[in-house]
Amino acid sequence: MAAVTQNGASEAAREGRGGREPYAMPRRRTELLRIATAGSVDDGKSTLIGRLLYDSKAILADQLDHVVQTSERRGDGYVNLALLTDGLRAEREQGITIDVAYRYFQTPLRKFIIADTPGHEQYTRNMVTGASTADVSIVLIDARKGVSEQTRRHAYLASLLRIPHLVVAVNKMDLVKYDESVFYDILEEMTDWASRLQIPDITFVPISALRGDNVVEPSDRMQWYGASTLLYHLEHVVIAPDRNLSDLRFPIQWCIRPYSSEHHDYRGYAGQVAGGILRPGAEVLVLPGGRRSTIAGIDTHEGEVPAAFPTMSVAVRLADQVDVSRGDMIVEAEDQPTAARELEAMLCWMSETPLQPRGRYAIKHTTRSARAVVEEIEYRVDINTLEHLAAPQLGLNEIGRVTLRCSAPLMVDAYSRNRTTGSFILIDEATNDTVAAGMVLTAG
Amino acid sequence: MRDPSVTAVRYELSHLQALEAESIHIFREVAAEFERPVLLFSGGKDSIVLLRLAEKAFRPGRFPFPIMHVDTGHNFSEVVAFRDRITDALGERLIIASVQDSIDSGRVTEEIGPRASRNRLQTTTLLDAIEEHGFDAAFGGARRDEERARAKERVFSFRDDFGQWDPKAQRPELWALYNGRIRRGEHVRVFPISNWTELDVWQYIAEQRLEIPSIYFSHERQVFARDGMLYAHNEFVQLIDGEEPFAESVRYRTVGDMTCTGAVRSTAATLQEVVAEIAATRITERGETRADDRVTEAAMEDRKREGYF
Repeated sequence: MAAVTQNGASEAAREGRGGREPYAMPRRRTELLRIATAGSVDDGKSTLIGRLLYDSKAILADQLDHVVQTSERRGDGYVNLALLTDGLRAEREQGITIDVAYRYFQTPLRKFIIADTPGHEQYTRNMVTGASTADVSIVLIDARKGVSEQTRRHAYLASLLRIPHLVVAVNKMDLVKYDESVFYDILEEMTDWASRLQIPDITFVPISALRGDNVVEPSDRMQWYGASTLLYHLEHVVIAPDRNLSDLRFPIQWCIRPYSSEHHDYRGYAGQVAGGILRPGAEVLVLPGGRRSTIAGIDTHEGEVPAAFPTMSVAVRLADQVDVSRGDMIVEAEDQPTAARELEAMLCWMSETPLQPRGRYAIKHTTRSARAVVEEIEYRVDINTLEHLAAPQLGLNEIGRVTLRCSAPLMVDAYSRNRTTGSFILIDEATNDTVAAGMVLTAG
Repeated sequence: MRDPSVTAVRYELSHLQALEAESIHIFREVAAEFERPVLLFSGGKDSIVLLRLAEKAFRPGRFPFPIMHVDTGHNFSEVVAFRDRITDALGERLIIASVQDSIDSGRVTEEIGPRASRNRLQTTTLLDAIEEHGFDAAFGGARRDEERARAKERVFSFRDDFGQWDPKAQRPELWALYNGRIRRGEHVRVFPISNWTELDVWQYIAEQRLEIPSIYFSHERQVFARDGMLYAHNEFVQLIDGEEPFAESVRYRTVGDMTCTGAVRSTAATLQEVVAEIAATRITERGETRADDRVTEAAMEDRKREGYF
C-alpha cells in the first residue's frame, strides 16, 4: 500500500522509500505520453499531480523539503502537495495557477509530460494550449459535487482538440465514504454528456489523491472497483493507433545544401513527418504545384533509413531536380490534402482584443505562412451547454465557427483526420501576438 | 514488392527518439524563420546535447548560425579546453563574449568579497553581445524540469529590447506551431530541449556516446565546504575564516562558474555509473550544486526577468 499519510510523506522521501522503487534504467524502450490536466485547486488537481510525481519518485528531497517548509509557514496543517506545481511568484501569492506548467515524470514503461492548466472559464485558452498536443486528458470531478459545468466544459475542450483518450478521475472518494453508488452515478451522467461529443475512449477511475487511493497503488477501501489504477492506465493506454499512418504528409521545413566538395550536389529536404509512411522508391507529388518525383532516399544523421513515420525528423532526397522550398508538402498522388484558400474552421480566440468579422491576420499552418481574412463568424459555442449562439464577434476564450479566406492556398486536412495538417494559428500583425488556435473542419 | 525488413518495423519511437525529433524540428524552424540565430554554448551537458541536435538538424550542411560562449573568466580550465576542442572538431564558428571585457570597459562592476561571483554579470555581457551581433534568436539548453519558473516558460521565449522575460505576457504555444515574429531590437530565446529531463540528457549522452568535460566524472580535487556545499578551492574564491581546503573524490552535476558551482561527493567514473547515480539521486541538480538559485525562493524567476539565460 502506498497510503503514505500526508505528514509521513517527507520522511518517506528523505529515506528514499514510498510507493515505488526509484526509477532505474529501463529494461525496454520507454514511450512518450503527453497528458493534459485541467481543474482548480478545489478539485484536488494539484494534489493529484503532486501525488503522481511523489509516488513515482519524480519529486526529490529538496523539492519536498521546500514544500514542507512552505506548508508550515502558510499554516496549511498538512504537507500541501499542491505547492509542488505552483511555479510563478504571482501564483504562489494568490494561490492560483495562471498559466500552462509542464511537469515530467517517468516510470520504467513511459515518460510522461503533463501540461497542467487552471480550470476556470477565463483560462480556456491555456487549456486549449495544453490540450493541443495531448494524447490523454485527465478530467477531475469532486465526488461530493458530481458533474459540474466545469467538468462538462473540460470534456468538451478535450473533444474539440481531439485528444484521443479521456480519463475521468472521480476524486475525493474518501469524503463520500468510498461509496460505489456515488461513483456510478457520476459515470452515468458523464457517459451521457460524452455521447454528445467526439471522444473515442473514456475511462473512469475512483480515487483519493490526498490519500493515494487508486492513484499509483490499488485501494483496499474500494474493493468494488476491479479495474486499473490511474497510473497503470496511463502506463498502458494504447496510443500507437492514434497516429495517422495512412495519409503521407511531409511539410518541408528547410533545405540542406552543403555546397561542399564532398557533398556538392546534395540536396536534402528536411522536415518532420506529419502523417503516413515515407519510403524510398515511393512516387510522390510536391504541393502546391503538383510536380511529380520519386523518393531517392531518406537521411538522418546516422545514415539512411528504410522508412520514416510520424513524428520523425528526417531529410528526403528526390530523384528529380524539382524546385522545392519551405512551405511545400510532399504527398502521394492518390491521397492528397485539400489545397484551398477558403477554410471552414473552429477558432479559439486568445486575445483581449476581440475578433471582428473582416479581421485580417497572419496565418501559420505547418511550415507555411500566409495572410487570412475572417469572412464570417457563423456562430459561437456556449461551451457549457454546446448551444450555438449568434456572434457579432469572438472575445477572449470564446470558441466559434468561422470562414477564412487566405492569400495563398494551404494544404489542409480536416483536424479530425490529422491534428498537424488540420491545425493553424492566427497572428496579429500589429502586435505579433498569437491570437487564435484554429482547427479545420472543411476546405474548398 | 515490399522489403520484408521494412514491414518488420514497428513504426514507434522511443521517448528519447520522440524528444530528439521534436528538438530537431525546433532547430530547423528557427533556422528558417530568423535572420541571425546563435547557439549559446556553456560547455555543460545540456549545451553539448544542443550541438549534437544541431548536427542532426543540419548535416551534411553547416550550422546556419555561429556558436557563442559567454566566458566569465572563472570557468573550469577543463571546460574551456573542451569548448575549444569540440567547436574545432565541428568546424563551426565560435564567438567568445567576455565578462572580463565588460568589466574592463566599465559596463559592469565586479562584486567583491568571499562570496563574489560573476554569475550575474554574465547577463550584461550576453545582452551586449546579442545587440552587437544583431542576433534575433538565441538557442539555450534550459529545461523545464530544472526549476519552477522554467516549468512555465515557452520553447520560444520572447524577450523585449531590454532582454527581459515577462511571464505574464507569454504567447500561447500550440501544437508545433511556433510564432517567431518580433520587432527590431527584440529577440527570442529558444529552448529546444525544454521537454527533456536531467535523466533524458544523461541517457542521450550515453546512447550517442557524446564526449563531455572530465569534471562530470569523479576526480580528486581540493575542495572546501561552505553553506552545506563543496566548492573547488581556486584562485577566484577567498576563503572565509574556518574554511579549510581538503582533498575529496568529487564530480560536478552542472557546469557553471567555479565561484558558484558546487561539487558532489562521488566515485562515478564512467557514464554508466553517472547515469545510475542520477537515477538514484534524491536531490535536484540545481538544489545540490547551484548557489545562485538558493538566494531567494524566486531566485531563478527574478534573474530570468532581467534577461538571464
